[in-house]
Amino acid sequence: MIERAVHSIYDSYTGRRLLAAVFVVIGVVIAAFILLHVVPGDPARAVLGEHASAGAVLALDKQWGLNQSLPDQFGHYIHDLVTGQLGSSYFYHENVISLIGQRIAPTAWLVLFASALAVLISVPLAAIAASRHDRFADHAIRAGGVVGLGMPAFWIGIVFIEIFAQHLHVLPTGGWGNSDWQHFEGLIMPALTAALAIIPILVRSLRVGMLEVLESDFVASARARGLSERRVLLVHVARNAVIPTITLLGLNIAYLVGSTVIVEQVFALNGVGYLLVDSITNRDYPVVQGLVLFMATAVVLINLATDLISARLDPRIRLR
Amino acid sequence: MSATVIEIDPPRVRTTSRWSRLWAYPSLTIGVALFIVILLAIFVVPLFLSYGPDSLDLTSILKPPFSAHHLLGTDELGRDELTRLLYAGRTDLKVGVLAVIFPFCFGTAVGTLAGFYGGKLDWIVMRIVDVLVAFPFYVLVIGLVFVVGAGTRGIYIAFGIADWVIYARTVRATTLVVREAEYVAAARVGGLSDLRILIRHVLPNTITQAIVYSMTDIVLVIIAVVTLGYLGLGVQPPTPDWGAMIYDGQNFITSNWELSTLPGIAVAITALSLSLIGDGLADLLRPR
Repeated sequence: MIERAVHSIYDSYTGRRLLAAVFVVIGVVIAAFILLHVVPGDPARAVLGEHASAGAVLALDKQWGLNQSLPDQFGHYIHDLVTGQLGSSYFYHENVISLIGQRIAPTAWLVLFASALAVLISVPLAAIAASRHDRFADHAIRAGGVVGLGMPAFWIGIVFIEIFAQHLHVLPTGGWGNSDWQHFEGLIMPALTAALAIIPILVRSLRVGMLEVLESDFVASARARGLSERRVLLVHVARNAVIPTITLLGLNIAYLVGSTVIVEQVFALNGVGYLLVDSITNRDYPVVQGLVLFMATAVVLINLATDLISARLDPRIRLR
Repeated sequence: MSATVIEIDPPRVRTTSRWSRLWAYPSLTIGVALFIVILLAIFVVPLFLSYGPDSLDLTSILKPPFSAHHLLGTDELGRDELTRLLYAGRTDLKVGVLAVIFPFCFGTAVGTLAGFYGGKLDWIVMRIVDVLVAFPFYVLVIGLVFVVGAGTRGIYIAFGIADWVIYARTVRATTLVVREAEYVAAARVGGLSDLRILIRHVLPNTITQAIVYSMTDIVLVIIAVVTLGYLGLGVQPPTPDWGAMIYDGQNFITSNWELSTLPGIAVAITALSLSLIGDGLADLLRPR
């Protein structure tokens, strides 16, 4: 009976993918505990500094529950998770989940906006590079990618502030604002900054994929039918780029989510990433732990979603 | 007694001029040249500068670039910007390279073993990789630095834990292919031990992948080190670091834009040279 149920889950792509995601989330929960509790290091000593008294360190350990045995710590940790609370913040005196809830909007919009920008910029660039294979435009786009990969995201953000906020006065230096319009204005530079961090990676992979499509039989037949190069590119090549783009975005979403931590810092966006850096400065152990868990789980779920969407769009993936 | 001299004509090599051979791999040549310039700049040039990285001069603070005695100006404590840029380069390059060594060795070893032996070992390694990859890189590194403590020790431990997975994954994929190769089968039939097969036949093929990736990785790691410095979690002051310099400079963005801009350009140039070397090595080592 159970065996049959397991088999039927395993038979469908969606079932297999869901099961895998569940196991990765369980792994993430265990790994987060190991990383934050078992890894050699003395967080209390680390935040209090070299010269803190043993008593102060012990007091902080007690507050964080780090003086208990590891199995006890793990028990509390799992208990907290199962009962749906990630502990409460020492600094804000609030439940970690509600803290995350208050801060989620700027981060979610930032990730969404940055993903959209990354796709809107990468796909045309990759198409241009592929269609002008080994000519100037191709070399220029590839060189631009190499240069772009070498620039720290936070620094690009600062240069944007210098140009668009300090000199041209067209955009705010940072902040989330109060109205929808201010939210939007405040997101333009951060989203572009975060997008620029993954655009070179997307362009590089998409270009290779498009080159393959350009050499395929159906493109040759489309050309033979006398279709213009522009039409071939737009209809045949661009359509075939949709699925790889979604897959690539899924693969890079972890990196994107990670870079929002830094981008939010540069633009003073009060999101989840800002809260993470803030909590580290405030020595707010439960919040740091909750955020690490939350962000990793979010990445697993986004990956799951992109995989399921690509499988729906492309039956070949389901049959693999 | 006359010795028989056997003369063997050396194999005919297509003679090309030295210059054209140098340009067979243009990105490698340019990358190495740029990297040599960077190394000279950060290790040799400071010997001829009249300031130390921490020599304060409160009588000449926030000088603009090209002022007398200070080519790139001074910061808010009157420290010479050029001197600090070069010393910061020493720090960040050293930390970046050292931070990559353990992930490189560990990831390559684990990936090779997992791919070669398969089975349970492979399953366990790949599940650990799956889980670690789920953590956003910066979130993982920042969380680890929080536990271990900010500074270079925290950086080494954090990257040691977070950064080996890509090496393991790449190397494992290559090992799976190499394992089935005829020369490995021949070595097995010849009765060579696993260890010998691994070291003599598998590793030479997988390690090139790891070396090529390590160049991209050093770029990522140097940028991450600088980013941690910017967040105040990296190299601790007074040791100069590009990230902390950018952070400090951000306060003077309206009057002295160069303080936050120049260190970023230094990072970008360093990253560019390493990326070019990586591209060139990928071409050079690609099996033909």
